[in-house]
Amino acid sequence: MAVPIDDYLRTQFMPHIWCPGCGHGIILGAVLRAIGRLDLPKDEVCIVSGIGCASRAPGYLDFNTVHTTHGRALAFATGIKIARPDLHVIVLTGDGDAAAIGGNHLIHAARRNVGLTTVMFNNSIYGMTNGQYSPMTPRGRYASTAPYGNVERNFDMCELVRAAGGNYVARATTAHARQLSNYVENAIQTPGFAFVEAVTQCPTYFGRRNKMGTPVDMIEWFRKNSINAAAAAKLDPADLDGKIIIGEFYRGDAPEYTEVYDEVIERAKEAAAR
Amino acid sequence: MTSAESPEVPVLVRQEWCKGCGICIAMCPKKVLEAAADGKVVLARPEDCIKCETCEIMCPDFAIRVVGGRSKEVARGREDVADARA
Amino acid sequence: MPGHNGRDLRLLQGNECCAEAAILAGCRFFAGYPITPSTEIAELLSEKLPQVGGKFIQMEDEIASMAAVIGASLTGAKSMTATSGPGFSLKQENIGFASFTEVPCVIVNVQRTGPSTGLPTAPAQADLMQARWGTHGDHPIVALYPSTVPEVFDLTIKAFNIAEQLRVPVILLMDEVVGHMREKVAIPHQSEIEIVSRPQPDVPPEEYLPYAAGPDGVPPMAPFGTGYRWHVTGLYHDETGFPTTAAPKVDRLMKRLYSKIESAADEITFTSDEFLDDADTVVVACGITARSARRSVRLAREKGIRAGMVQLKTIWPFPYDLVGDIAGRVDRIIVPEMNMGQLIGEVERAAKGRCEVVGYSRVDGEPIAPAEIVAKIEEV
Repeated sequence: MAVPIDDYLRTQFMPHIWCPGCGHGIILGAVLRAIGRLDLPKDEVCIVSGIGCASRAPGYLDFNTVHTTHGRALAFATGIKIARPDLHVIVLTGDGDAAAIGGNHLIHAARRNVGLTTVMFNNSIYGMTNGQYSPMTPRGRYASTAPYGNVERNFDMCELVRAAGGNYVARATTAHARQLSNYVENAIQTPGFAFVEAVTQCPTYFGRRNKMGTPVDMIEWFRKNSINAAAAAKLDPADLDGKIIIGEFYRGDAPEYTEVYDEVIERAKEAAAR
Repeated sequence: MTSAESPEVPVLVRQEWCKGCGICIAMCPKKVLEAAADGKVVLARPEDCIKCETCEIMCPDFAIRVVGGRSKEVARGREDVADARA
Repeated sequence: MPGHNGRDLRLLQGNECCAEAAILAGCRFFAGYPITPSTEIAELLSEKLPQVGGKFIQMEDEIASMAAVIGASLTGAKSMTATSGPGFSLKQENIGFASFTEVPCVIVNVQRTGPSTGLPTAPAQADLMQARWGTHGDHPIVALYPSTVPEVFDLTIKAFNIAEQLRVPVILLMDEVVGHMREKVAIPHQSEIEIVSRPQPDVPPEEYLPYAAGPDGVPPMAPFGTGYRWHVTGLYHDETGFPTTAAPKVDRLMKRLYSKIESAADEITFTSDEFLDDADTVVVACGITARSARRSVRLAREKGIRAGMVQLKTIWPFPYDLVGDIAGRVDRIIVPEMNMGQLIGEVERAAKGRCEVVGYSRVDGEPIAPAEIVAKIEEV
């Protein structure tokens, strides 16, 4: 029997550290299936992460892998991609990593349109540190640092990346694992910066504190509360409160950074020869 | 894999990777899977399996493989991407 | 213009010279963020690097610059960044990552008066200890410190070579006045420059252990994308590169990181001295202050005082043995420095009470003049 995903796993480290029912493994599976369908050579794939639960993913993957500092995965990945544009550089990051401490790097990676694929595992919580609220925790939800309910609003990372200039923006949840995998596949194939937000369940911290039931209940909650972008566009914004809008939001064709830089090299060499 | 590979066993479970979260059991459209006493998944009604691979795709622990599934050739557009596009 | 011995004789600013030397050392990637007084290094490399097929990027901040440098180095590119005090503070976490994951890179810190925004951009020598202990946790570091523009050239080349040889981040500490002063430099031809590159694995990928070191304590480093798929993490890791919490492995890694530098200490310690043989008073200094020290001991000799001096071009690892030997032979060591007393602590550690150690601090944003040191020498 062909077991393609096992080809991409450092199976000696399994089972992984994620809690029972944590959706991160579902997202990781979706990413690996996308890589498998594209049949990318393992030596040409580089996975970069920051710090947090999601950022533990690269350790389990048989590619060139880097587990960097908190929030900085995209900046490390930018250096890798610019130095080796032929590599497929995929950033696996969490909502704390990408939306809080690393938010500025996300904005500028998208603005530069560097050819990176970013998958943000959004579980709306800091899991590794036991459940503090993140920039993706909806207002009113509970966390270990929001015992009376979260005061802050969460923000829409897909809108952010689109506004900043990324070439591909999509969102799905763990209840839409096939769709999610297709989005990651499209993201990898996109020249320029591509961003996929993967909404995922943290049953241990977010789920328990917000009385969301079992992992299965949380996935069912995602399914019931998700609405695709086309349908959402027809609704009054007030009716979308608390909904998760899923879909491919944007596909652009702005020039990719390293391709533009290659032109800079040509011009510089001509200038030096004069 | 703890289960023997044979055509009669459509789903293989790697017990040592399974954390007993129950997602595969709940997601299986044909109720092929059940929880054992330790909470880990077992194959209860293999004859009902339609090899849709939902259990494999939804398992967060990479513990399930569907024998003869489409694996790398997982069809695109099973949930039509175009439908969801803005 | 063509100079002596076929060398290219040029009038260069310290910062310009650093950029020129970096390219000759093989630097092919620079990431940085604008900050005075280091910015000329970035400006010149944005022009020169693409001319040789290298890459330059101005990142969104200092932290990202350091991260991008490490990322590029993982692919095999010799990489550097340049900054000044506030930026050096911001880079520290990632410098620790580079040290711990053994990713070669060069970090130039053209020092200015701090703390905080300080006196932009008057000179100071107050980042000596930050260069040593800026990032959290135990970690080894190498820091070189030029006092002239020709030394900037020489030590920039050496910084890259040491970074590659030992797989360490190397800090090039510069004084604002050295960064901005113009001096005559004889640039050697590329073929005259010794270039060192990181050790490469001599085993096939399936046998590669990315953190298994040879007798020199330095593990071979395969560039990403060449068939050696390995894992880089800021967690404690064993020879496989994968995380470990096993106490013996944790202990072994930290001790190897230190020992690889200690065992190369002689090769990477650079000093320059004058009138040491019969001196009873020795001035120990670095950077721009070493130039004043050199002048001051000549002036003191004219007055019949037996003064000598040592310039430390390698600050870290600190040459404790060398300074200790001097302490055993002289009556007094004077340590002039443009800070409240950083170098003097290390000199005292080295002297172990074998001679008197006297400090002289100047912290008003002005360099120390030779006459000030002469006055200190005479003050017995």
